[in-house]
Amino acid sequence: MNFNATLFGQLLAFVFFVWFTMQYVWPYILEALEEREKEISDGLEAASRGKRELDEAHLKKAEILEAAKKEAADLVNQANARANQLVEDAKSSAHEEAERIKVSAQSDLDQAAKRTKEELRSEVAALAVAGAEKLLGSEIDKDKNSQIIDQIAQEL
Amino acid sequence: MASKELNSTDYIEHHLTNLTYGKCPDGTWSFAEVHGKSQVAGTEASCNISEMGFWAFQVDTLFMSVLLGMGMIFFMRRVAKNASSSKPSRVQNAVEYLVTLVRDQVQDNFTADKNPLMGPLALTIFVWVFLMNLMDLIPIDLVPWIVNGFAAPNAEGGAIHYFKVLPVADINAPMGMALGVLILIHYYSIKNKGLGGFLAELTFQPYGKWMAPINVIFEIPGFYAKQLALGLRLYGNLFAGEMIFILIALFFGGFFSSVTGVLAGVAGLALNFIWAVFHILVVILQAFLFMVLTLVYLQQAHEHH
Repeated sequence: MNFNATLFGQLLAFVFFVWFTMQYVWPYILEALEEREKEISDGLEAASRGKRELDEAHLKKAEILEAAKKEAADLVNQANARANQLVEDAKSSAHEEAERIKVSAQSDLDQAAKRTKEELRSEVAALAVAGAEKLLGSEIDKDKNSQIIDQIAQEL
Repeated sequence: MASKELNSTDYIEHHLTNLTYGKCPDGTWSFAEVHGKSQVAGTEASCNISEMGFWAFQVDTLFMSVLLGMGMIFFMRRVAKNASSSKPSRVQNAVEYLVTLVRDQVQDNFTADKNPLMGPLALTIFVWVFLMNLMDLIPIDLVPWIVNGFAAPNAEGGAIHYFKVLPVADINAPMGMALGVLILIHYYSIKNKGLGGFLAELTFQPYGKWMAPINVIFEIPGFYAKQLALGLRLYGNLFAGEMIFILIALFFGGFFSSVTGVLAGVAGLALNFIWAVFHILVVILQAFLFMVLTLVYLQQAHEHH
C-alpha cells in the first residue's frame, strides 16, 4: 500500500485505452447502433403509414363499390325504360299501319263499288235503249235522245 | 490451499505484497527483497520495497491491468470493425447492450454540450474497472501458484514468489485512474469557466466574496475529497473484498492434516462461495459507480454558475 511510479504507469495506460476506445471503438459501434435505431423507427413509421393507407383504400373500395352498384342499377332502369319505350313505339306504329291499311282498303272498296255502279248504270242505259228500240221498232237517234237516256241513267 | 509451512501472518502478508521492480538507494534497479531473498528467483535484490521509495513499479499490477486493458480493446476493436447495423452478431449484440447502457448513463448524467470524450471515457472506465475487479473472483492462490512454477509461494523451486492478481487492490491502480479524472476535471473547469471562474467557484461560494477565506476552507477540501474518494472508494472496496478472501483462505490451511482441518476447510468453501456470490455485485457496482461519478464530476466541471 505505497504510492510509487506505478501510479503514473497506470495513468498512462488509462489514457491510452481511453484514446484507443475514442478513436477506434466507440464511433463504429455507435454508428451501427444509431443506423439500426433509425432503420427501425423508419420501418415502424412506414408500417403505420401502410396501415393508414390500407384503411383509406378499404374506405375507397367501399365507396367505389357503392357507386358501381348505383350505376349498374341506373343502367338497368334505363334499359328497362328504353325497352318499354320501344315496345310502346312498336305498338303505336303497328296501330297506325293497321289504320292506314284499313283506310286504303276502304277507299279501294269504295272505288270498286263506284266503278261497278257506273258500269251497271251504263249497261242498264244500253239495255233500256235497246229495249226501247225494239219497242219502237226503229232506231232511236242516239244523238237526239242521248239527253233522255242520260236522264234515265241518272235516275237509276 | 495455503501452504502448511506458512503461518497466518506470513500468509496474509505474502498476499498483500506486490511484485515490485524499482530503484534501490544504491542506484541499481532490481526486484524487491522480501524476508531476505529476492521476489524473483535467480535475481539479486539489494533492497526492500519501502527503501525503493517513489521509483518502483508494481509489476503485477501493471501487467494485469495492461493485459486486461489490451484484451478489452482488442475485443472491442474486433467488434467495432465488424459492426453491422442490419446483421449484428451475438457478440456485437452484447457489446451494443453495454454501449447503450453507457450511452444512457452519459446522457442522463452529462447534460452539458456534447463532449465526444465522455462516451469512450465512460465505456473504458466501466469495462476496464469491471475486468480488473473481476480478478477478485479468481481463487486467490491460483495465479501466485502458477507463476511460481506450480509450487507453494515459499518453495525453493519456484520462479516468481510474489504476484497479486487483483490490480485494484493496489492503491496505485485506482488512484492512477482517479488522477486521470482529476486532470480532466481541472482541464474542463478551466476551459469552460476560465481560470478566474474556476477559482471564483472555489472562493466565492457559499457565503459570498467577503467571506472568501471561510469559503476556501469549505470548498477546497470538498472539491478534492470527492476526487480522492473516487479512487479510494474503489480501492477500499476491492481491497476489503480481497482481504476477506484471504482470511477465508486461512480456513483451508489444515485441510490435509486433521479432522478439524477438514471441517474448517468445508466451512471455508461455503464461506468462500457466499462471499464470491456477494462479490459479483460489488465487482459490477464499483465499476458502475466509478463511471457514473466520473461523469457527474465532469458534468460539474462543465456547469456555469
